[in-house]
Amino acid sequence: MIDIFPPFVIYIIAALIVPFIPAGRLRSTFMLVIPVVGAWMIWNTPTGLSAVVPFFGFDLTLMRVDKLATIFALVFSLAAFLANLYAWHLRDTMQQVAALLYAGSAIGAVFVGDLISLFFFWEGTAIASVFLIWARRTEGAFWTGMRYLIIQIGSGVILIAGVAMYYASTGSIGFEAMTLPMTSPITWGALEIGIWMIFLSFGIKCAFPLLHNWLQDAYPAATVTGTVVLSAFTTKLAVYALARGFAGTEILIYIGAIMTLFPIFYAVIENDLRRVLAYSLNNQLGFMVVGIGIGTELALNGTAAHAFAHILYKALLFMSVGAVLFRTGTAKGSELGGLYKTMPLTMIFCCVGAASISAFPLFSGFVTKSLIVSAASKEHYYIIWGILLFASAGVFHHSGIKIPYFAFFAHDSGKRPKEAPTHMLWAMGITAALCILVGVFPAPLYELLPYEVNYENYTTTHVITQLQLLMGSALAFTVLTVYKIYPPELKSVNLDFDWTYRRFLPAALRYISFLVSATFGMVTGAINAFAANMVHRLHHSHGPDGSRAASWPSGAMVLSIAALLGLALFVIFFS
Amino acid sequence: MADTAQVVEHTARTLRDHLPVLQVLVPFVTAPLIVLLGSRRLAWPLAFIASAVALVISFIMLMEVREGGMLTYTMGGWAPPLGIEYRVDAANAFVLLLISLIGTVVLPFAYASFRDEIKSRDHTLMYACWMLCFTGLLGMVATGDAFNVFVFLEISSLSTYVLVAMGADRDRRALTAAYDYLIMGTIGATFFVIGLGMLYMATGTLNMADMADRIADQGMNRTVRSGFAFIMVGMGLKVAMFPLHLWLPKAYTFAPSAVTVFLSATATKAALYVMMRFTFSVYNPDFAFATNTLEIIFIPLAVIAMFSASFVAVFQTNFKRMLAYSSIAQVGYMLLGVALLTDTGLTAAILHMFNHGLTKGLLFMGVGAYVLRANGSFYTQIAGLGRKMPITTGAVVIGGLSLIGVPGTAGFISKWILVEAALERAPEHAMFLAIAVAIVLSSLLAVVYVWRAFEVLYLSEPDPNSTATEAPLMMLIPMWILAGGCIWFGFSTELLHDTAVQAANGLLQGSQGMLVIPDQGGAH
Repeated sequence: MIDIFPPFVIYIIAALIVPFIPAGRLRSTFMLVIPVVGAWMIWNTPTGLSAVVPFFGFDLTLMRVDKLATIFALVFSLAAFLANLYAWHLRDTMQQVAALLYAGSAIGAVFVGDLISLFFFWEGTAIASVFLIWARRTEGAFWTGMRYLIIQIGSGVILIAGVAMYYASTGSIGFEAMTLPMTSPITWGALEIGIWMIFLSFGIKCAFPLLHNWLQDAYPAATVTGTVVLSAFTTKLAVYALARGFAGTEILIYIGAIMTLFPIFYAVIENDLRRVLAYSLNNQLGFMVVGIGIGTELALNGTAAHAFAHILYKALLFMSVGAVLFRTGTAKGSELGGLYKTMPLTMIFCCVGAASISAFPLFSGFVTKSLIVSAASKEHYYIIWGILLFASAGVFHHSGIKIPYFAFFAHDSGKRPKEAPTHMLWAMGITAALCILVGVFPAPLYELLPYEVNYENYTTTHVITQLQLLMGSALAFTVLTVYKIYPPELKSVNLDFDWTYRRFLPAALRYISFLVSATFGMVTGAINAFAANMVHRLHHSHGPDGSRAASWPSGAMVLSIAALLGLALFVIFFS
Repeated sequence: MADTAQVVEHTARTLRDHLPVLQVLVPFVTAPLIVLLGSRRLAWPLAFIASAVALVISFIMLMEVREGGMLTYTMGGWAPPLGIEYRVDAANAFVLLLISLIGTVVLPFAYASFRDEIKSRDHTLMYACWMLCFTGLLGMVATGDAFNVFVFLEISSLSTYVLVAMGADRDRRALTAAYDYLIMGTIGATFFVIGLGMLYMATGTLNMADMADRIADQGMNRTVRSGFAFIMVGMGLKVAMFPLHLWLPKAYTFAPSAVTVFLSATATKAALYVMMRFTFSVYNPDFAFATNTLEIIFIPLAVIAMFSASFVAVFQTNFKRMLAYSSIAQVGYMLLGVALLTDTGLTAAILHMFNHGLTKGLLFMGVGAYVLRANGSFYTQIAGLGRKMPITTGAVVIGGLSLIGVPGTAGFISKWILVEAALERAPEHAMFLAIAVAIVLSSLLAVVYVWRAFEVLYLSEPDPNSTATEAPLMMLIPMWILAGGCIWFGFSTELLHDTAVQAANGLLQGSQGMLVIPDQGGAH
């Protein structure tokens, strides 16, 4: 029986109540209260507790409280609070309900102890979140949402298929650490395939390389406030699931390393600043995935901490760019610039976010990312360590410099928008304060981490290494910009891997389908002709005017009797 | 035992003991009563009461013999084989129930339908003929005397010719249809009586049980064998076995609607019962010639009927005629079940007899309702009536589904068992596997011709000048009783199935022999 009240329930109840509260301050306040209550409940839930409900012969573990789950649940609550504050002005029931259900599903998912419940919340996040994209209510947003939904639901379907195979082989639905089989696929049985399918479904949601395109496709397409919500939950839920299920799986290190690298190049040439942030989100996920892959206590601490910090500063960046979009109607680097004059506070908050993501000392990214990087070096993954360093520099480049530079400085676009609305400033201000707080006083955060932390951040080496790195990167940017080598912000569409399935595959499919349909047409044509001929002949004999249906004269009928009698007598006498 | 029976019968006979003869006698007496009274107002109520009484009697008898055993009745106290004996066991009680049930249910429909289709001055005689036909069919089934079968066959046939000919009020072609049927029916009856003559010549008796005993005693000779051929062909004609079916489409198409309903649901079934009775209880399927006749002649003809008649049905443009051809195909299934010569096959045949009776009765009633409201049953005339006569058409849809054999309808059960029966014998010979496939394939043809009717009824545009309205309650109630039966027996299969199994077992055990000398019963 349930002896503790799962926190996700409160979000679902709230989502049911919200439509009945008149849109306005009352409802917005209600939206703010819910995450606070939820966080309070999570904070007061002792670790080690579990709640089990029977379901169709399975025991579903709705609550499994440990530190790994708690830290993700807390940061999700925090993100929900900040996003709701940022969205104070919102009067759209659909988005508000979706945001609550989305956050509730994500929080529910991190607490579950079995794979079937995980599947329910997995799909819950997918379905709830798509409404944040559809809330734009444009045709483009509809199709983007559709693509997003297909991929997310597909991930869930792969998950449940994998779970079914896993269950069939092990008889357990417990969501525990799994070992990813690395033997030749030919030797795989149901268990191996099942585990790989679960891994793949996590990977889709975590935006692994080549599985990542939904992220850059969907996040920039959501509403101003929706993107902030989206950036917090889905991918971090996947990070949590990987950390829970596949900690220490070596292949994740390489996957993560590639993830930190390739988005950098796309982020550099991308013009839409929200899409730049989406690429950089992908890159940050790479750090976490590497941490999971290393799988030591230090590395997992790093992953959890980095997820915590990342949710905050990524939300802050999306908020600031969102505020710009909210005021100017565009988030394209080529159309912005010079906004610092009229949006100084937003600019400051954006810079705090940029500094955090770039891991400036005294900002949150510094104290969290270094855990992962140190873990890599400590486990002697030097190449990986190098890649992570390079990626850090790249992050600074595209998120730390590019975002504030093109939005608020660069050439003056002539736009003179008002400062962001007060509630947005508050949301950004709180988030920025948290970023700095974590950066300066990491101890409380470290307290929350799954394992004990014996790590000293602010050593001379660390600080100097990091500053060198950042300065080098800044220098490069400056030089490139001064000599006009830096790729200018152009109105362009960048080809990413999604070209293969949005352009190449359809074209290939069209060609194949042409071949198949031509062949098929020939075959069916022949069959049809044969059938038509057959029906024609049948109609000739059996149709209303055919001999079989005709009314025969009595004499002919009698003849048939005689014939049958003769036949019967023949058979009878000769047997 | 016979002696005690003789003693008992003069001392105390209850009404219950008279049931086998009352079954036939009640409608038999009603027919002349209707004529003598000569009242148009009384004719229908009398007929209906007689049918209802017959239904009750048949139901009681079925309950008595459902678990095995039989009821016998010696006419006038004359002991068989000299006297006429009535014997009712599970097999004929089942058929009696079908006949009396259809007869009773259809009469209200007939009342509404006759008023529209038949000149009112003929109504009294119509009902008298109807009663005679009803008597004949019941008698054929109830009696245990071979010659008595012939007599009742003739009673039912002659009255049927009249009933069919009455369709001439609407379409003069009913006359030629009746004439053709008369010629063919008479030839069939003649063949049957020739066969009986041969048996009488060889055995010197007319009591079926006695005949069976004596055939078993003396073994077979050419006379007995030839008798089998004549009886099978004669009855095959009444059953409308392919290729002896040619009378059927015309007769069914041009007969008055209610007559078609009644005939399609009962006449061929009664003849089929006689065929089974002679095959199993007079002759014996252990005889090689009987087995060969069934397997070499009946099975191929049954399969051909299933396809050929179905194809014709597919191309028909008249709903009523389409259903007539479908009946020929369905008779193919029943004959196939008989010719498989197994328990399961016979069960399937008997069940299909009953289920098809319900189904076809229902469908032909639908036709009757369309004829009443749209003045015809050509597809052009009934186009779009699904929207104008939703209740009627709803019942027709149920009937159509049952005709196809959609799960959840009565038609499915019997077809399923038939397929099972064919598969049961598949290890013996691959031919039976092919037969099982043929059953399924021909059912697909049923999908085609039934769907075509549905399409016409629902998807075609109705005639803008049509003034068709919903059929009267007198028609709807009988239709929905049968529609309910089609569904009910599709789900609640035990009662029918158990009875059919009992009937099949009874038939397959062969003759029970004369009761006088129980020791010789079943000696073969």
